[in-house]
Amino acid sequence: MARWGMVIDLDRCTGCAACEVACKSENNIATVSPEQAEMGRAISWMRVMAELEGDFPDTTMQFYPRPCMHCDNPPCIRVCPVGATYIDDEGIVGQIYARCIGCRYCANACPYMVKYFNWYGPEWSQSERQHLNPDVSVRPNGVIEKCTFCHHRLQKAREDARADQRESREEDYQPACAEVCPTGAIVFGDLDNPSHRVAELKEDPRVMRLMEELGTQPKVYYLRPRE
Amino acid sequence: MREGVSEKLARMSTDEQVLLRPLVETSRSFYIVATLLAATTLWGVFAYYSQVRYGLGLTGLNRPEYWGIYIICFVFFIGISHAGTLISAILRVSKAEWRRSITRSAELITVLVIYWGAVQPIIDMGRPDRLLNVFLHAQLSSPLMWDIISIGLYFASCTIYLYVPMLPDLAIIRDSGIKAPRLYRFLAAGYRDTPDQRAKLERVIGVLSIIVIPIAVSVHTVIGWIFAMTLRPMWHSTIFGPYFVMGAIYSGIAAILVAMVVLRRAFGLQQYFKLVHFDYLGRLLLLFSLLWFYFTFAEYLTAFYGGEPGEMRAFWAKLTGPFAIPFWTMVLGCFVIPLALMSRRSTRTPRGTFIAGIAVMIGMWLERFNIVVPTSVNPRWEIESIGRYVPSWVELSIMAATFSGFILLYMIATKFIPIVSIWEIKEGREQSVQEVAERVAEYLPDSAMATVTEER
Repeated sequence: MARWGMVIDLDRCTGCAACEVACKSENNIATVSPEQAEMGRAISWMRVMAELEGDFPDTTMQFYPRPCMHCDNPPCIRVCPVGATYIDDEGIVGQIYARCIGCRYCANACPYMVKYFNWYGPEWSQSERQHLNPDVSVRPNGVIEKCTFCHHRLQKAREDARADQRESREEDYQPACAEVCPTGAIVFGDLDNPSHRVAELKEDPRVMRLMEELGTQPKVYYLRPRE
Repeated sequence: MREGVSEKLARMSTDEQVLLRPLVETSRSFYIVATLLAATTLWGVFAYYSQVRYGLGLTGLNRPEYWGIYIICFVFFIGISHAGTLISAILRVSKAEWRRSITRSAELITVLVIYWGAVQPIIDMGRPDRLLNVFLHAQLSSPLMWDIISIGLYFASCTIYLYVPMLPDLAIIRDSGIKAPRLYRFLAAGYRDTPDQRAKLERVIGVLSIIVIPIAVSVHTVIGWIFAMTLRPMWHSTIFGPYFVMGAIYSGIAAILVAMVVLRRAFGLQQYFKLVHFDYLGRLLLLFSLLWFYFTFAEYLTAFYGGEPGEMRAFWAKLTGPFAIPFWTMVLGCFVIPLALMSRRSTRTPRGTFIAGIAVMIGMWLERFNIVVPTSVNPRWEIESIGRYVPSWVELSIMAATFSGFILLYMIATKFIPIVSIWEIKEGREQSVQEVAERVAEYLPDSAMATVTEER
């Protein structure tokens, strides 16, 4: 059984936000008006956070791409009254949009703030509508949504491997953010499979996880910047 | 009032005359107030309709402020509902004789306010159309499910606890024939006040008043746990269960006092809500203002002493930051004002308790605000913090409608139910004076029981 996870090398991240754009386009994430975004209602499953370090003029910008951590011990799941958020056998934390009642308890329980609520129903212009990804369901008004590690791609990868009658390889299943990252900062794969790069990278001495002290056991690892 | 009704009323005892008069006589100001309240409530219904139609986007909620006015009102109204049940049950169990005239009005608050509290999380839901999912896909690991179970139980037991002690009064109204004979024949359920029925009634009330106490305690404990079970700064605290129960009883006592002052004036109940009642309940309010200070101090000191950065952001946001005004107003309303007024006998009057009661209710609403909002806008994940919350017209309208809807329902109830229990007053006059004398005599050395009986 695979245990899907991600390693993000902060040394390589340039903050270009290509992962953010690729994610939005891949997962049919609805855009909101600037006023709504100003109110804190934009949806961004993958988000490049920026932190200014040091005092002017000796400052550096540190970027943290932040998807869902797909915790092994996810605080969001226990609090859901209807089991709309779940963790599957391969460690991917998902959301059943058709069951979610929109109480937003999971959003409050998640320390990483990665659960997003649909404050209004989604709206797309005619041109956007033609580019919607048919593999990903669009979310209705009033439910929570979140990063799925592009779960639909895993299903496709499995089908392809089965059709070719071979084992599935690391490159078969890559989420949109990892695929698009121009510097290769985002590495994705099976944490328990020694042939996958993440299995080795997660043993790197630079490795850390966000708010590890909370016991959530995230499956997204970061490699600290060297200097 | 119709001729026949006033004749019927004139034949009854003084207690019955005074306490049944509001059922058959309605003043003009009652209609004016009721119309205003109904209009406000309907406005709130319209606001909710808009919210259902367009989405929760019409509120001021956002990320990270996922919960706002609705959840604050949920905690507040369920808190108020602890008025009746707990106070009246505890007073009954402890055989406090002064309870007789206040239990009914208190229990009525409980039952009528609980709807308005329980409906808030449904208003807060993004998909109220999927409400039944909480039964179809119930996950017992979620504190929200614990809440549904305990509020359901609480609602059922409080309704029974209001209804059963009301039976003899309903029978009195039925037998007097002053109002809606069919309705009261149905409600009185064949109660004839025979000695056998009375004995059974008393036994059921005795059992109920013990059962409702742990249920009431569980309700607000679980509401506190909804917050405490998350890992969020200033929520993740073991004090929340007991803190919420204490706060609920506190706001409940305040609500009873305010209701008593209003009822006393509106229906001329000076003989039933006497100064001694305000004095005793005022002492109880004083006790709870001290308890409130103790719990709040313990909570904040623990957070402060640990000094964990995530906790400290929410902590300072409340004490000196953007939430300093709601925080210190809360301290004023929950501690300074009630302490100042209730620690002196001269201000433990209807007027003094009314002011203190209003102050405590405002303070307790703000306490829930200070729990929900500052933590929401100060999540542990610092660089993500946006931190703003301005409630929209929809949220404020629904809140106004909740308050007015509750008051309206309570007003209507006073037109159908005697607001002071007639039979309990009668029982007090006929039996309890003697019983209490005997009981006190029994406490004395050499069991003076015999002496008392001899003397009589």
